[in-house]
Amino acid sequence: MTLNTGQALAAIGVMAAVTFLTRALPFFVFDRGGKIPGIILYLGRVLPPAIIAMLIIYCLKGVSFAQPSGWIPAALSCGAVVALHLWKKNDLLSIFGGTVLYMVLVQTVFA
Amino acid sequence: MKREILSAAIRVTVPVLMGYLAIGMAFGLMLQSVGYGAPWALLMSLTIYAGSGQYLGVSLLATGASLPQVAFLTLMINFRHLVYGLSMLEKFRGMGKRKFYMIFSLTDETYALLSSVKVPEGIRAHDYYFTIAMLNQSYWVLGSVLGSLLGAALGIDTTGVDFAMTALFLVIAVGQWKKAESHLPALLGAAATLVGLLLAGAENMLLPALGVIVAALTLMRPRLEERVQEECGEEAAP
Repeated sequence: MTLNTGQALAAIGVMAAVTFLTRALPFFVFDRGGKIPGIILYLGRVLPPAIIAMLIIYCLKGVSFAQPSGWIPAALSCGAVVALHLWKKNDLLSIFGGTVLYMVLVQTVFA
Repeated sequence: MKREILSAAIRVTVPVLMGYLAIGMAFGLMLQSVGYGAPWALLMSLTIYAGSGQYLGVSLLATGASLPQVAFLTLMINFRHLVYGLSMLEKFRGMGKRKFYMIFSLTDETYALLSSVKVPEGIRAHDYYFTIAMLNQSYWVLGSVLGSLLGAALGIDTTGVDFAMTALFLVIAVGQWKKAESHLPALLGAAATLVGLLLAGAENMLLPALGVIVAALTLMRPRLEERVQEECGEEAAP
């Protein structure tokens, strides 16, 4: 663990507080009929896909092209997730299929 | 009366039960694999209660991110909740003290259920909503603690389980991609993050990437807004 107990508790506290605030903000501000600024509505629409794309790249930051074991498991598993999802449209199946494939690849084939 | 509410709510939340047990267990396993056991999983699922937020939380804890970084990234990944709240203003009105919990527990899945369920006859809508919200969080807490305990008890090799986070985000991205009128935001997000990774390195890539994304999207507003508003209209009437 990189953090001590107090630091980890603080990080979790911040996550909890910020998560609650993002959920509560519309109720604080608009419950009495306030007008929502256009820029907020606009960002609420266009940010999510950009953030998710960002997080995918972030998740894959450990990928390295120095040797095949550095990128093939991730590439195959990502491909499997997308293909499964386009085919079956089942969130759980796609997530679990991809994760199990990745675990098998890194623990056996590319160990 | 009470039992009727519960059984009706259990019936509509079965899909969430399956999903939350599975995604929650993967969360518990991941958290366990970076050195935080069941009490931590319980604490996070009780107080944060956000799927993708907690997945991100695992890597924030594992890398020892600073508090401002934690705050900013949590804010960004939860930005979509703003939109959820806006469409629940009417539904939660007049719920008194329970409204606080309804707002706290407004996850993607709870939002989706609440915006689509029909309240059965003879049941008060607010009781029904509250029961659904509580059941959903109990599934999530159960799943994450189970995952953590199983990971510890079975001693299974969890190497690679963190790919569940990548897979979750990919699944969300595929769904967004198919619905989107414009793919520009997603492409911009990916491009800005790649540049951030190359220039700032894996440790510090996210904040500069986020800055670029927000700035670029703000600048592109005149061009993007019309197209995005059409999506707005569709989603507002589920």
